[in-house]
This record gives sequence, C-alpha cells and structure tokens, in this order.
Amino acid sequence: MAESNFDTRIDYYPTHEHEGIKYRRGHVLPFGATMVPNGVNFSIYSSAAYSCTLVLFEKGAPQPYTEITFPEEFRIGNTYSMIVFDLDFETLEYGYRMDGPFEPEAGHRFDKTKILSDPYAKAIGGRDKWMDPPDWDNIYPHRSRLVFEDFDWETDMPLETPIEDLVVYEAHVRSFTKHDSSGVKNKGTFAGIREKIPYLLDLGINCLELMPIYEFDEYEHSKTNPETGEMLINYWGYSTLNFFAPKSGYAATGKYGMQVDELKTLIKELHKNGIEVLLDVVFNHTAEGDHRGPTISFKGIDNNTYYMLTPEGYYFNFSGTGNTLNCNHPVVRSMVLDCLRYWASEYHIDGFRFDLAAILGRAQDGSPLNNPPLLESLAYDPVLAKCKLIAEAWDAGGLYQVGSFPAYGRWAEWNGKYRDTLRRFLKGEEGLVGELSQRLQGSPDLYSTRGTAAGINFITCHDGFTLYDLFAYNEKHNEANGENNNDGNNDNFSWNCGWEGETDDAGINTLRHRQIKNALTILMVSQGIPMILMGDEMGRTKYGNNNTYCHDNDLNWLNWDLTEKNADLYYFARHIINFRRNHPVLRNKDHFRNSDYKGTGYPDISFHGTQAWNADWSGSSRVLAIMLDGGHAKNGFTTDDTVYIAINMHWEALPFELPHLPEGKSWHVSVNTDMPSPYDFHKLNSEPVMENQYSCILGPRSVVILLGK
Amino acid sequence: MSFTVSSEIINNVAILTLVGSLDSSSASVFQAEIQKVAGESPVEMVLKVSELTFMASAGLRMIIFAKQKLGPSVQIYLVKPQDQIIDTLQMTGFIHSVHIVDKYPV
Repeated sequence: MAESNFDTRIDYYPTHEHEGIKYRRGHVLPFGATMVPNGVNFSIYSSAAYSCTLVLFEKGAPQPYTEITFPEEFRIGNTYSMIVFDLDFETLEYGYRMDGPFEPEAGHRFDKTKILSDPYAKAIGGRDKWMDPPDWDNIYPHRSRLVFEDFDWETDMPLETPIEDLVVYEAHVRSFTKHDSSGVKNKGTFAGIREKIPYLLDLGINCLELMPIYEFDEYEHSKTNPETGEMLINYWGYSTLNFFAPKSGYAATGKYGMQVDELKTLIKELHKNGIEVLLDVVFNHTAEGDHRGPTISFKGIDNNTYYMLTPEGYYFNFSGTGNTLNCNHPVVRSMVLDCLRYWASEYHIDGFRFDLAAILGRAQDGSPLNNPPLLESLAYDPVLAKCKLIAEAWDAGGLYQVGSFPAYGRWAEWNGKYRDTLRRFLKGEEGLVGELSQRLQGSPDLYSTRGTAAGINFITCHDGFTLYDLFAYNEKHNEANGENNNDGNNDNFSWNCGWEGETDDAGINTLRHRQIKNALTILMVSQGIPMILMGDEMGRTKYGNNNTYCHDNDLNWLNWDLTEKNADLYYFARHIINFRRNHPVLRNKDHFRNSDYKGTGYPDISFHGTQAWNADWSGSSRVLAIMLDGGHAKNGFTTDDTVYIAINMHWEALPFELPHLPEGKSWHVSVNTDMPSPYDFHKLNSEPVMENQYSCILGPRSVVILLGK
Repeated sequence: MSFTVSSEIINNVAILTLVGSLDSSSASVFQAEIQKVAGESPVEMVLKVSELTFMASAGLRMIIFAKQKLGPSVQIYLVKPQDQIIDTLQMTGFIHSVHIVDKYPV
C-alpha cells in the first residue's frame, strides 16, 4: 500500500524535460543530492549568483552528458532545487556552474566556466585510489557523487563512554598499516585498521582518534624534493575538499565507490570491541587556498559567504594555509552543524577533535568573539548531545585559548600546557614542580570550573616529535621536507640524552627507554584524558623530523617490527595503559578537594617529596610524589587502592620517605622505571609487597608507582 | 559484461544462478528475480555465483534486500564466489549477512 501511495503523489512525476532528461521543481531542504523515489533531489545555496546550472556526468566521462539550468521558478530565496528523474545512482557524477559577478573587492569570484563540487556531496570522485595519477586536463577533477545510506548497523550506536575513562590513540589511517610489517591484507586502508583491532585491544586503548578522513587531494601542493627526487605530497590531509565525504583513497573498496560501507564497517567493528572513534576535523580552512588557489567549490558558489575576507577582498589567513572558513556566518554555521550531525548519525562517530578550533570563535572580520554562535550551537545541539567535542584551542593567527576556550560546559581542549610542562620537566628543567602538580591533578589552574575532563593530556601528537625522538634529538631535522629545515616547530623542549640521533651507546639507549617509560607513566596517572600518538608505545622514530606532513614513506608509516625490537617499551606501555583503566582513582571527573570528605583519614590527594607530607616546591626541585587515597576514587563514588606516585627527574638517585598506611594495609610495587625489563612493572593484582614499608629509593630520572592495599 | 540470472525452487530452496557483472543497471533484474522466488516462501536461498565476475554496490545491496524480503530466519548461501567478490564482501562488512560455501548442500 505504501508504495502505491508514493506512486500516486504527483510530485514524483516530471514536469520538465531537457535533452531527454526529465525533471521538476525540487525540495529546498536538505541541501545536497538526496535520493527520492524515481530520482534525485538537488538543492544548493548561493546568495549572489545570477543563475545556477546542474551539470551531470557519467562516471569518469571527460564531458558532461547534460547541463540543466535551474528555471527561475525553481529558486526559492537564495536556494536552487530540482528533482531529476531516472538517474543511475551508482554511475552519476554531478556538479554546478554558478553565473555571477567576478568582483574580488566585493568578495565575489564567480566563474561560470568552472564546474563546482557540491559542498554537501556525500562522496567525491577523482581520487578514488590513493595516488592514482590524475588527469591534469580534467575539467572537473573532484566530482560530487551519491551514496547509499542504508548501512545495516544492527544494534550499534555510539558508545558514550564517560570521557574521563577514555585512553585516546591518535592515528593516521594510511600510516597505521601501510608498512609491509603490518601484515594486513589491505594495507593503508580502513579495512586494514579493522584487521588491527586485536592489537588495539591488546594495547588497551578504548578510543581511536583518526587524523583527517574527509576527502582531500593528496596531490595538492605536491612537489619534488630537489635533493632526493622524491615526491612530497599532502599526506596528512589537513586540507579539506569536502566535509561530508570520506577519503576514497583510504578505502580498499574506494575504486568501487564503496568507501562509505568500508568505513562504517570499521566503526561498527571498533564499537563491538568497545573502542570509540573520534574524527580530527578541519573546519578552519579548505583546499581552495587564497586568491591564487583553485576554484573547486565554495569559492565559486559563494566566496563572500564561505570565507573570511579582508576589506579589499583578499583572504584572511588565520589557518596558515591561505584561507579561513567563515564559520560564524549563519549559513556556514549551518553547514558545519549539518555536517557533524551527519557524521554522528550516519557514521555513529563518537566525537570530534577540531583542528585550530580557535578560528571557530572568530567573527566574520576575524576578531575573537566572546560568545561564538558556532561553538554554542555545537555545544547545545540535540544530535551531538553525547558526542565528545574537543578543541585544538589555538590558531595560526596567534589566538591561544588553552584554559579559556568558550566551553559551554561541553567542550574539552587539547591541553598544550600539559605537553609543554611535561616535556620541560622530563628533560630536567628546574622550577616546574608546582606546575607539574597542576598537570597531574587535571590542570585545575586552567579548568577550575570545568573539571578534569576538560583537558586532553598529551606529550606528543602528530605535530612535532614522536616520544622516542623527544629523547633522541635536541633539534628538528626536517631537511627531507624540502624547505631547508625552516618548517616545523623550533620549541620542542626535547633532550637527546647525550647524543643527537641514533647511537650504539647502551647507556644512552637505556636512558631513552627509561624516559619514554617515565613519560607514559606520568601521562597515564594524570587526571584528565590521556592521548598517545600512534607508535609511541613501541618507540617509533621519525629520525628527528617534527613535521612529516608531506611524506608517503617510512617517515610516517608505522614499522610494526618495533614491537619486537622495543618489546620492553610495548609491554610497559600496555601495562601502564591497563593500570590506568583498572584504577578509578586516576579517573576523577571533578577536581580534587584537597580534603578528606569521605572520612577515610586521608585527603583525596596529598603531596610529598623525599620527605613524606613535605613536598619540595622550591625552585631547584626536580622531585614530587603524590598520594591518591583509594577511598576517594571517582570523586568518592567508588573505592580503589591507594596509589602513590613518586617522580624523580634529578640525575641522581634519591630516597623517598613513604607516608604511613592505615593498619592492615601495606605498600606494593607496581612500577619502577629504573628497573630493567621485565622488572620495570608487575602485573595487575600480582604486585609484590615491599620489604621496606618506610622508604624507597628512586633511581636517577625515574618514576615509581606503589599501591597501598 | 552482461548479466543474467535464472532461478528454480527445489525442495523449498530457492536457487539462483548469477552470471556476468552485477551493477546498478542490472541490479533491478536481480531484484525482480528475488521478488519472484520470495513469493514461494523458500526456507533457504542459494546464489550460485561462480561465474559472477563483478558485484557493485547496488548488487551487494540486493543481498540485503533479499535478507529483508525473506526474513531473518532464511539463510543465504553464496556458492563459489570469485576472490574479488569475497574481498569486497569482507571489506564492506556484507559478508556477515551470508554464508560463503564451496557447494550446496553444504
């Protein structure tokens, strides 16, 4: 019955015809191309175009098979909509031509000779296979396509893991499994990650953060390294072509146009295994560059709406990449919201990390807003209500908002101050004990009213040194990037432990491994949400290159043989991650109160040094110990062992006096990074009792964890 | 390459033989055949696909269509699919909806 009711609706029959193609007036919303009975509904916005033409291609054809100009009566306000009948969903590629003024000083850059990609396209053709050589004469290189939205999710839904319980693993889709040593069948793809889920489970992480997977052009700004002859490309993908389309070249089935199914299958499988998926999303700019850049989509559809422009009509460059998306224009704001709702609902994405998110808080003239409407809209959106929203709270225009990002009770931040404090403390700088204590507590100095979960703690991420390189290089070595070592950050706060780069010196290598274990330990016992960079658990190196955005080679590809070469690191990382997940006292949501509000006889947190109950806050101190009372775990809602963490970044061994435990409890050793593997940690629930219950010796530059139970 | 499908019902089992390339243009032919055999309320569906060389997204979706049309209790068997089709089924997750077998009866 339902089908015949549809059939009798008069709006499912054409009213117009052009070159044998039948069409009729469409529905204004939703924007984009939507499958409807018998046809496809196309709808697009432009505030300043004189007219709009729909351009239809057979998949891969050099020329369109028809172009249909929207009749004037099909325009409602600034939208053009049309239903076209009897189209082949699988082989259709479509785009638009917009006729309008070319007046850059007024913000308009219309060019009707260009065929424009739909900002709401759900798939983009043209880079179907990674690094397939493009046809540079293609009149429409990045083609909008349709996708089926009928994936069988069964009972899957976003996991909604409490954010303070996450351990985030930041990875790049291609880099994770492209190396031969990965052993997977479909290397460098979504399917490849699926084959590695057992590894992620073994490691113990419960959240996978994927570097950008929106469709991008790996050939953008590609060039040849004059020294090596190697092609340098847009490898990381921080340059979006389309916000709704997954990168086809990341799918083994991209060549068949099934990247959507492959990605959804990956997410479904990760969810089945208790692993959340966060996307690193880049809404601060697009791949169209500045006034010298290509016209691909937004620039030709409505330049003045989609980009922040100077009074002269040039592009503000708060992103450092040529242009800045005009995120607080109401139309762009709606697009961003539609996009994130689409990923949350259609792909079951658990959360988003926003690249250079400070830009999202800028007004259309570039000035920072006190109450940015986009950030507020995202925070209160009903579809995104359970999604994690994480800001990289700075931009390339100098706006630095760590601790002050407009949060609306919802937003978390990449805690850049955690990274800097930890790096400096780990390399042995003095005068940092006070700041370190803040970072260990979840940075209450930054997030006093927002709780510990406002901060994503990290020491390394895709930008900058790997954890191994942090202790193997004093300086960046970016020569392979072809920019005379001028790119990449100069403030790495790194220390090479005595030799720049690889060495056979056993003492230096031992120290490097110990420093990695120290870093991972402090990260995993800090309140807040820890994030580790892909490969740091196995001592991955990029040979001192701290900005490998352009390399499709071993500099980025994870070498899985490292799990054997650096087995001590892998076993340690696995232990310390699982240690965190098994001890709720490390995962409070609210800040410590520095008091005994549960009546256990101990405050929730106490500070110590080489003397119990007497931390050395002096300027020359490099030691700190904290004791977390198990009776106050999860802000007093559960109980745990008491956890004592002692940190000695002095170059000499030091004795630490231990606080007394209540009658019947004793100190057990869980971790001692000064001990060689496999004695650097003890398995969960198998921690031996300490012979000496009154003090312990911490080796030079080492960390000890004791359990009181 | 063209696509052909033929069907028969033997002992309440629907047996369809697919030959050629199953894409969006031929998916409707396959769908019509599924609807035809679904009218016989088969207890199982067997797709003989050893001579099926390619299955596009629209073709894969017909398997889900068959699953929904026949009901969750009706098992679907793919007999001797070519490697490319197995790969695609695996990578896109459709493989969970069918049984891959070398012969039928299993």
